[in-house]
Amino acid sequence: MSTTETLGDLCSIPALLARNAKRYGMQAAYREKEFGIWQAWTWAETQAEVRAMALGFLVLGMREGDYVAIIGRNRPALYWAMVAAQSVGAIPVPLYQDAVAEEMAYVLDHCGARFVICGDQEQVDKVLEVQEKVTCIEEIAYLDKRGMRKYDHSHMNWLQDVMREGRAAETRLGADLDQRIAALTLDHTCVMLYTSGTTGKPKGVVLSNRNIIVTSKNSSEFDNLRAGDEILAYLPMAWVGDFIFAIGQAYWTGFCVNCPESAQTMLTDLREIGPTYYFAPPRVFENMLTTVMIRMEDASPLKRRIFNHFMSFAREVGPKLLDGKPVGPGAKLKYALGNLLVYGPLKDTLGLRRIRVAYTAGEAIGPEIFDFYRSLGINLKQLYGQTEASVFITQQPDGEVRSDTVGVPSPGVEVRIAESGEVFYRSPGTFESYYKNPESTASTKDAEGWVATGDAGFFEEGSGHLRIIDRAKDVGKMADGSLFAPKYVENKLKFFPNILEAVVFGNDRDRCVAFINIDLTAVGSWAERNNIAYSSYQELAGLKRVLDTIQEHVEQVNQSVAQDKMLSGCQIHRFLVLHKELDADDGEMTRTRKVRRRIVEEKFADLIDALYAGKDSIYTETEVTYEDGRKGKLKATLELRDARVFGQPAARMAAE
Amino acid sequence: MLDTQSDEGYITADGRKIGGVAMEMRNITLRFGGVVAIKDISFDIRWGEIRAIIGPNGAGKSSMLNVISGFYHPQEGEVIYKGYKRPKMKPYQVARQGIARTFQNIALFEGMSVLDNIMTGRMHHMKANMLQQALWWGRASREEDENREQVEKIIDFLEIQHIRKTPVARLPYGLKKRVELARALAAEPSILLLDEPMAGMNVEEKEDMCRFILDVNDEFGTTTVLIEHDMGVVMDLSDRVVVMDYGKKIGDGTPDEVRGNEDVIRAYLGVSHD
Repeated sequence: MSTTETLGDLCSIPALLARNAKRYGMQAAYREKEFGIWQAWTWAETQAEVRAMALGFLVLGMREGDYVAIIGRNRPALYWAMVAAQSVGAIPVPLYQDAVAEEMAYVLDHCGARFVICGDQEQVDKVLEVQEKVTCIEEIAYLDKRGMRKYDHSHMNWLQDVMREGRAAETRLGADLDQRIAALTLDHTCVMLYTSGTTGKPKGVVLSNRNIIVTSKNSSEFDNLRAGDEILAYLPMAWVGDFIFAIGQAYWTGFCVNCPESAQTMLTDLREIGPTYYFAPPRVFENMLTTVMIRMEDASPLKRRIFNHFMSFAREVGPKLLDGKPVGPGAKLKYALGNLLVYGPLKDTLGLRRIRVAYTAGEAIGPEIFDFYRSLGINLKQLYGQTEASVFITQQPDGEVRSDTVGVPSPGVEVRIAESGEVFYRSPGTFESYYKNPESTASTKDAEGWVATGDAGFFEEGSGHLRIIDRAKDVGKMADGSLFAPKYVENKLKFFPNILEAVVFGNDRDRCVAFINIDLTAVGSWAERNNIAYSSYQELAGLKRVLDTIQEHVEQVNQSVAQDKMLSGCQIHRFLVLHKELDADDGEMTRTRKVRRRIVEEKFADLIDALYAGKDSIYTETEVTYEDGRKGKLKATLELRDARVFGQPAARMAAE
Repeated sequence: MLDTQSDEGYITADGRKIGGVAMEMRNITLRFGGVVAIKDISFDIRWGEIRAIIGPNGAGKSSMLNVISGFYHPQEGEVIYKGYKRPKMKPYQVARQGIARTFQNIALFEGMSVLDNIMTGRMHHMKANMLQQALWWGRASREEDENREQVEKIIDFLEIQHIRKTPVARLPYGLKKRVELARALAAEPSILLLDEPMAGMNVEEKEDMCRFILDVNDEFGTTTVLIEHDMGVVMDLSDRVVVMDYGKKIGDGTPDEVRGNEDVIRAYLGVSHD
């Protein structure tokens, strides 16, 4: 398709669907693996399915302006439910499927959802539990029939039945539906997404058709996305990124959305599909790399040597080739050989062979990890965004990719840095408002449309790329007045494969201390190779040799932090390895797996006090929530350790 | 037809339909040489119910299960199945009568993939002869498709898609148990026998297994007979419970009735002799 297509009448997702059904009628729009086989739907079939569902919703009494909650894993029918709701004039509100009932209750009550579309019995059960308190819900529909037979169906429907009734009502309600679709404008709300909220209650971000469609158009053109592209939709549907990639960009460019069979089969499905456009948070890339490295440890010595040889060569040449920089013919030839022996098969195993564009965002990615993928010839780039911006604030253009920046402002986006160092932006994707929360809207978005990101950063001299340091509110001062940027140190720690998560404390204190979470995969595999027995995460985390390794890592980080004049005060003086993984079910992390610093600080106050008091060990009890919502207690005695800190090179020289 | 209790069944509190009598044990006695494993036991199994057999170690539970499956033929007494007295059978006849089972010690083909293991459960649904199988011709490929479809439904039902192609030997214990259940279900049994389905599992695996047993019963209406040591599981899952001790039946009834039975308490907890 032409890259300069104008918006025209394409002012809603249903309008885009109609265009795609006409233009790409016989091309695949959705694929889902079910019963071991990839089932495909063309754009024309998709339109028919969505239409049947929309008519069915009308039969059930859905009205314009209703809020329709959608809860479940990524499945075509649930995406259709969103577009069907939009066709009727209602507003889809996708929810995190792993949320516990209480969290769900707040959101359902806040948006006043009349309809809830559930993926399966598990979600229906939660909604029924919530219904005792939340009275607005009138009808529930579910997709997977399993286990649902005995339920009271007076206000419950199987989605297939809804669609069947919809098809039957075509003559009666068809014209009405057409009118509703035609009435949609760029100013209508496209979707409402709840931010996972690192602090306080989630907020409903209202995004209009203009926000979504213009942003999708700009970003699709930025990366030359086209109708033949393939993506794998596996990230939570409640997350803005999934909405932009799997609905916004997919409907704008007409590429195909593939849904995995289940969460556990994701990696197999990734390989079978071989997407050309891919997004994953740094964690996923990290895990993939960890798995590759663990498996290489087990490979035969010859294979390992070939792998190591070509990988170290690729690290020099790969990124240059990708950026189109000049490379000698000998190196090119050797890279081609490496491609034959190592890079190609490796990319194929990972399912990344066909990637044209891959993005990562959400957290900082370790430079080694980033370079690993780039050196294989995978065009992995970074972007910076948030829900309120319909994702895109900055992104890296091809040929200007680095691990420590987040790129230049995306097309149509203006970015400025405030006096305080906080990043502000203004763009066509800027959200309309927070639902039922004018105070928060006013404090986030000013009259001229500038939005505060809450992140501190600066534009790099020369390249014009944005660099993010930390959350603006987390950047603090140490007792001696020097800068405290916990995220900066935590990221350095997390770049070690053995460390999954780290939380650094030190605001208004004279020195920093840290909590560490070990990575069970990496440390567990190390333990296995060294014949070290352990029966639980807790036991592994408390082993002396594990603590020794972590201590080495902490000291290496201190050494590197000490190089930076501004931040050398952030070196970690004492640390401990936590006896449990930080978990969203316990409220310690958001559903997108970002640490909730304040909550961790409150919950483990005894541990922080002990670290500062200089104790060697401490006994602690922690309440944990199991996946089914029950609570239990975890008891542990933790060892607290000192880490070596390093003087600032400049300061020492001055003293000499 | 022999006369059995001729009532039509009932509806349980949670809305499941329990049918008439599927199998009746009449005065069963089973001996191995001089050892009497089962002594004069009678009880029945109704269509659609979950029937548990419990008892201390060595009570004769597994022997009882083998009698139900037809693998053991009791020296005395008779088994009435689907209204007819069951004769002594050959092993292949046992397999064809619609009773499938899982084993206390997992009995899967370790070197084969999960998928292939479950496919073996469909063996008696395949009619193609060896030549057709070898040449992948005619009926053989058609049958493979039909049976694979059925197997995929079971894989989906038991949520084991992610290990479809994994060799069984590489699986953890809990999953192996689930694969065994899948293979038993693949045979589309009218009666499903589970020999200690939760043995050696952790709490989470037990919860999963319980859910699957209930779902299987609910979704396919499969009559289920299970042996289990975990009292909590038995009392929560089953509609009726038979209690055995030293080869004798000492209790029979709903979980509540059994729980209050003096003999059962004595067998499980012992009594003070003062």
